[in-house]
Amino acid sequence: MIGASSHRKEGRAKVMGTAIYTDDKFVPDALHGVTVRSQVPRGILKGIHFGGGIPWAEFTIVTAADIPGKNLVASVMHDQPFLVGIGEEITHMEQPVVLLAHSNRHLAERARLAVALEVEELPAILDIQASLDLEQVIYGTHNLLKEIRIQKGDPSKVWDRAAHVIEGEYFTGAQEQMYLETNAMVAVVEEKDAQTWVTVWGSLQCPYYVHGALKQLFGLPEDRVRVVAMEMGGAFGGKEDYPSVNGGHAALLAWKSGKPVKLIYDREEDLACTTKRHPSRSRLKTAFDAEGHLLALETDFVIDGGAYATMSPVVLSRGAIHAAGLYRCPHVKVHARAVATNTPPPGAFRGFGAPQSLFAMERHMDICARKLGLDPVELRRKNFLRLGDTMATGQVIREDLDLGGLMDRALAEIGYHDKRAAFAITNQGEGPIKRGVGFSVFMHGCGFTGSGESYLASVAGVEGLADGTVSILAASTEMGQGKNTVFSQIVAEALKLPYELVDVAEVDTDRVPNSGPTVASRSTMMVGRILEDAAIGFKQSLVQQGFLQEPYTPESFQVAVAKAVATLGSVKCYGQYHRPPNIVWNDSTYQGDAYPTFSWACYAAEVAVDLDTYEVKVEDFVTVQEVGRVVNPRLAAGQVEGGVAQGIGWGLWEEVTTKQGRMINNQMTNYIIPTSADLPRIQVVFLENAHPAGPGGAKGIGELPMDGPAPALLNALEGALGPLRLDEVPMTPERLLQRCEEVSHG
Amino acid sequence: MRGYLSDCDIRVPGSLTEALAMLSGEPGVWTPFAGGTDLMVVYNAGRLKATRFLDLSGLAELRGIQEEGACLAFGSLATFSDIRDHRAVHQHFPNLVKSARATGALAIQNRGTLGGNIVNASPAADTPPSLLAYGAELELVSSRGRRRVAYDHFHLGYKQMDLAADELVARILVPKPEGRSFHYFRKVGTRQAQAIAKVCLAAHVRIVDGNLAELRIGLGSVAPAPVRARNAEAALLGKSLTDLPVLAARAALLADMSPIDDIRASAHYRSVVTQNVLGHMLRELANV
Repeated sequence: MIGASSHRKEGRAKVMGTAIYTDDKFVPDALHGVTVRSQVPRGILKGIHFGGGIPWAEFTIVTAADIPGKNLVASVMHDQPFLVGIGEEITHMEQPVVLLAHSNRHLAERARLAVALEVEELPAILDIQASLDLEQVIYGTHNLLKEIRIQKGDPSKVWDRAAHVIEGEYFTGAQEQMYLETNAMVAVVEEKDAQTWVTVWGSLQCPYYVHGALKQLFGLPEDRVRVVAMEMGGAFGGKEDYPSVNGGHAALLAWKSGKPVKLIYDREEDLACTTKRHPSRSRLKTAFDAEGHLLALETDFVIDGGAYATMSPVVLSRGAIHAAGLYRCPHVKVHARAVATNTPPPGAFRGFGAPQSLFAMERHMDICARKLGLDPVELRRKNFLRLGDTMATGQVIREDLDLGGLMDRALAEIGYHDKRAAFAITNQGEGPIKRGVGFSVFMHGCGFTGSGESYLASVAGVEGLADGTVSILAASTEMGQGKNTVFSQIVAEALKLPYELVDVAEVDTDRVPNSGPTVASRSTMMVGRILEDAAIGFKQSLVQQGFLQEPYTPESFQVAVAKAVATLGSVKCYGQYHRPPNIVWNDSTYQGDAYPTFSWACYAAEVAVDLDTYEVKVEDFVTVQEVGRVVNPRLAAGQVEGGVAQGIGWGLWEEVTTKQGRMINNQMTNYIIPTSADLPRIQVVFLENAHPAGPGGAKGIGELPMDGPAPALLNALEGALGPLRLDEVPMTPERLLQRCEEVSHG
Repeated sequence: MRGYLSDCDIRVPGSLTEALAMLSGEPGVWTPFAGGTDLMVVYNAGRLKATRFLDLSGLAELRGIQEEGACLAFGSLATFSDIRDHRAVHQHFPNLVKSARATGALAIQNRGTLGGNIVNASPAADTPPSLLAYGAELELVSSRGRRRVAYDHFHLGYKQMDLAADELVARILVPKPEGRSFHYFRKVGTRQAQAIAKVCLAAHVRIVDGNLAELRIGLGSVAPAPVRARNAEAALLGKSLTDLPVLAARAALLADMSPIDDIRASAHYRSVVTQNVLGHMLRELANV
């Protein structure tokens, strides 16, 4: 089963249009909810006024004063209110203040515009520099949401004796996840047996995050709250933390009205107010000896965390750990900060901080190569991590890593050396088209950072059904990545059953245990491994209780399960995460094994720049990755192709344009994600090297493909155009024109 | 959906005469609605001021593409797909085919109309530069009768047109080029498909004895309305293919544009790139 390109479990329903997404859910007598948001970046809320022409008596109206439990969204830190109350501070342009619901959604929309907020405005800070300069103090004493320091050796002792010291500054912009299905929630709150019961169905990645947020919002015990994940039209991290907010809003309206409430964002609202990738600024300083060996690396990594901490501390953590790249370096110092600004909080997005810091490192390596007079291939080859080396956190490489071989394979697939030589000649021509090839080499840590997996202590299980088939019990959600299929393959393999006899249970917190959030490239490797254990336990208990004899056929297994269910009523077996004994992490010193393992990759891009229009066409793209054993090659290739498309978009076109911190190009017309016409053939090569920590040897794959494209593209652009200030993504045509003019104007 | 549907009124006239009678009976009250591909987007965003609409989509009188003497006559309800698929359009007006293909997505091309594209008067629309390059003429109709206006005199400013409140665009007449022709169309959009133009340039040149005997250049996205590049045209008219005054034409083009910074591109980018696209066109022209 593992290694087969099994069909998607939910594929047929999606293709036939019968899959039920949240807004498809038929809810009789539902009210439609809308959110009234602040329209200033910072100020004190003084009053709320309900204007004329609206039948307010027909509306359900919720303000902060109505909240039954805690008005704080449960997250890494509990600092964001569900609604701003009167006398409290508004901290960004899209902050929810009032919730309205009505049976007529058009009228609800009109009513939203009739609510006027009286606000005493305060000066706002809108970008990283303003926050670092403490132009205003809006968070704590220094606008710091989180600060991390990682140190190995002492770079300060190296600068004076190094043959070369090279510094650089790099920037990355915000990015929208642009899932096809916007954020959506349906809530029902019932009062029975003198108790409040809250149920939310929604488009969400992490049912138990929403569950925790609702418990805190309503002050209810665990069993009074139920969260169900509906079919999901994409997420990419965009439905990791935000659903705790809009899920809470829908539930508040349902609780106050006593009726079901649908809260469905349209695209403009979704783009303007939900989370994005964190913008970043990196300053790198590197020292090399005369031969090009990396002696010291110091990086100052800053991300814009917006108005509240949300996921910023953990995004920063992953970014900081990936900041030094995959190079051996005896002296490393990483200073990482997430700073507060008066902008809607960014959040999780595929890659989770690593694309930002790896962009800086992999651009910087090419720039260093040029300054050292070395080929970027050879500079990297001299410095790659190998078996026994230690990373910045002191994590020892225990795999027999061959990053040089990985790189050579990618370069061979794209014809790097031949193309470089050819373009050096053709680019001398008169025509406006200039071509270049470039690449990046990078890694992505699998699973939660540091002790995250130990804290989660995820549980997942396997249940026998009356018809003798097997059902998977896990809170991991299907967002298009293929979880239903891959989990079924893993369990089918463990039980030696055909794929058709295994399926996944509906993700409903009343039915499935907490297998942790569906994030961090962890589902296949971490939850898959727990399921492997659970499946084997399930089989053993059938044997021990006399229902099953080994060896067995699929038919005899099915008969045994049916008989066990008929006899016992219910047959389930759970597994739980156990920290491998050799994995050690210290949260306070940031020393140890940051991840159980990493996936490794080299991506290479060929670009053609049109100097008439400054448009960049990606003409070829090669990806070579080592992700352990590949569970489902077709789905895995799809993950890589999609991630590369998203990475190309981030590198070249996707720009969040803001005014007072609010996104103003919040339509698909003006926020430019690539179409198929904008994308090249994407070649996907897997080098399989089974890893013992994952099921059947699998590692994580979901986020890795987001990390490599941006630096590969900008390195290719430098190949095409020569040394320009290619220090920022997205490198839009407008920005590229400006960079070219800097050179021509001296 | 942010528009308020209960406020909206949409009427479906049974004939052109009935439609014109409604327009003249209450001038300025009724907004013509053809494909709706712009109106529905603005409505959905809650930014559509108009609430009363005249659905023209059933009026057969305004459909079709016909040869009419030296012209091809496009009914104002001819869709982008009609244009894209029509043999005579391919034969005579390759720029129009390219601009129809460059407009929105296939679904938009099936609904959107040439007349609607003209009166929506977006400076970034893709067909107007081609119509300007081909010297199109508009036939306007009202209860008072019919009149013709040269398309290059139709747009008067941002969303300002030589179109009375009781008039509709009935047909678009485009003279078929004769002799040796050079056609050029280039849209620089925000991406390769489903994009709005940042710069658009269409040109048609009639070549006689190696000289530019006749020349029209239409520009999009660089002025409040689609415009002809009259200064650049003047710099090039009558010149020989072997000795095109590229620098003079590029310089003259600056006086034809008044680009702005907006959400899609900067004025500077539009200005530089329009000049470069003209340069590209002239390189291709020199090679015919």
